[in-house]
Amino acid sequence: MQEASGPTCYSQLRNDWFCWDYVVDRREELLDATTQHLAITLAALALAVLVALPLGLVARRYPRLESTVLGVSTGIYTIPSLALFPLFLPFTGLSATTVVLGLALYALTVLVRAVLDGLRSVPEDVREAARGLGHGPTRLLLGVELPLALPVLMAGLRVAAVSTVALTTVGTLVSYGGLGNLIAHGVARDFRAELLTASVLCVLLALLLDAVIVVAQRLLTPWTRGAPGAGS
Amino acid sequence: MRILADTWSYLSDPASWTGGGGMLALLVEQLLLSVTALVVAALIGLPVALALGHLGRGGFLAVNVSNVGRAVPTFALLAVLVTADWPGTATLGPYGRAGLATLIALTLFALPPIITNAYVAVREVPGDVVEAARGMGMTGWQVFTRAELPLALPLVVSGLRLALVQVWATATIAALVAGPGLGRVITDGFAANDYGKGIAGAVVVAVVALVLELLSALAQRLATPRQRQARGRTVSADAPRVENPAG
Repeated sequence: MQEASGPTCYSQLRNDWFCWDYVVDRREELLDATTQHLAITLAALALAVLVALPLGLVARRYPRLESTVLGVSTGIYTIPSLALFPLFLPFTGLSATTVVLGLALYALTVLVRAVLDGLRSVPEDVREAARGLGHGPTRLLLGVELPLALPVLMAGLRVAAVSTVALTTVGTLVSYGGLGNLIAHGVARDFRAELLTASVLCVLLALLLDAVIVVAQRLLTPWTRGAPGAGS
Repeated sequence: MRILADTWSYLSDPASWTGGGGMLALLVEQLLLSVTALVVAALIGLPVALALGHLGRGGFLAVNVSNVGRAVPTFALLAVLVTADWPGTATLGPYGRAGLATLIALTLFALPPIITNAYVAVREVPGDVVEAARGMGMTGWQVFTRAELPLALPLVVSGLRLALVQVWATATIAALVAGPGLGRVITDGFAANDYGKGIAGAVVVAVVALVLELLSALAQRLATPRQRQARGRTVSADAPRVENPAG
C-alpha cells in the first residue's frame, strides 16, 4: 500500500465500485477466495454426480421409487440455501463439509431429473436394436443408453454447475463461502470495490465453468455437432 | 446433541415468537415482501412474455434471461443494492430495514422463471390449434385469449410457482446483508454463536417454504382442472420446467 499520491480508489474516502488498484493489491486474497470457491463448487458437483447416476438408474427400475425421488427432490429444492446449511450444522459443524453437502443436495435434485430425462430420451427402437445385437444390460447401459443420454445429462450439469457457483456465496454463513466471504466483508465494511470485484469474479467463474462443460460435451458427443443444441 | 436441544427450546419458547423482533412478526414481514415482489414481477413479466410468445419474437432474450438469473448470485445483487447510495438500507414501511433494496432484488429474481415459462408456454401451443383458430376467423386477440392462453396456462402457473420459491429463498438471504425477514433469526443466531437459535430459524424458514410449495401446487391443480384428463397431451405442468435451485 502506497500513501504517496493521495488516497487510492479503494480507500474509505473514495470507495469506488471499480478499482484496479484493489485487484492488484489484494490479488492473493482474491486468488485464495476464488480457489476456495472453485474447490467447494467442484466437490459439491462431483458428489452430486456420483450419487445422481446410481440413484437415477435405480429410480428408473422402480416407478414408485422414481416418484418418491422426484417428490423429495422438489421438496429439497424449495428450501432456501440459507436455511439448508444450518440444518447440517449439528452433524458437520462449521466446516466446508456443511456447505459442500448442502450444495450437493441442490445439484442432486437437478441431476437426478436430468439422468431420468436423459435415459427416457433414448428411443425405444435403438434399445431394441442393441438387444437384438446381443447387448446385455450392462453393455446396453454403458455402450448405448448413457452415450445417447449424454446431451440431456450435460444440459442438466450446466444448470447445476452455474447455480452451484452462485449458491456457494451463501456458504459465508458458516465462513466457507469462497468469494461470498469477500462479499459479506464488503457489505459489513461498506467496501464497494471488494464486494463488486468478488461478485463479478463469481459470475465469471460460473460462465467459465459453463463453457468448460459445453466444450466437454462437444468432445464427448461429436455426433450431435451441427444438430440443434440440446441445451436448456 | 446439545444443539438440537437448544433448537427445540428456542422453538418452544413463546418469547421467540412474539414481540417486535419475534419470529411471527418477521414471518409476516417476509411473506409480505414475497407476495409484493411476486405480484410486481407478474405484472411486469407476464404481459411482456405472453406478448413476445404470441408474436413469436424475442425468444432468445426470453429464454436466456433465466440463464443470466442463474449465474448472478442473489447475495451479490443484494449486497450491491444495499451498499449503493440508492436504494441503500433505508427502511420502507412494513417491509423493514433495506426494504426497497430487498423488494428490487426479489422482483428481479422472480422475473426470469415467470418470463421464460410464459414465453415457452405460448410457443408450445400446437401450431395446428392456432391455425384452426385463425381459420375460424378469429382475430389475433381472440386467438390469444381463446386458444393460446388457456392451453398455456398450466405452464404459466408453474412459472409463477418457481418464482415464488425463488422469491422466498432470496428474501431469506436478505438477512445476510442485514435486511428484513426471517433469515435474521438464522444470521443473528450464527453471529452470536447461538446455533440453536440459528437452526430454529432455518427450520421455520424451511417449513414455511414447503407449506408455500404445497399450497401453490394445490392452487395450480384447482386452476387447471382439465389438465387431469388431458395429461400427456399438453405440456406437463406438474414438474417445474426451468430448474433452478433457489438462491
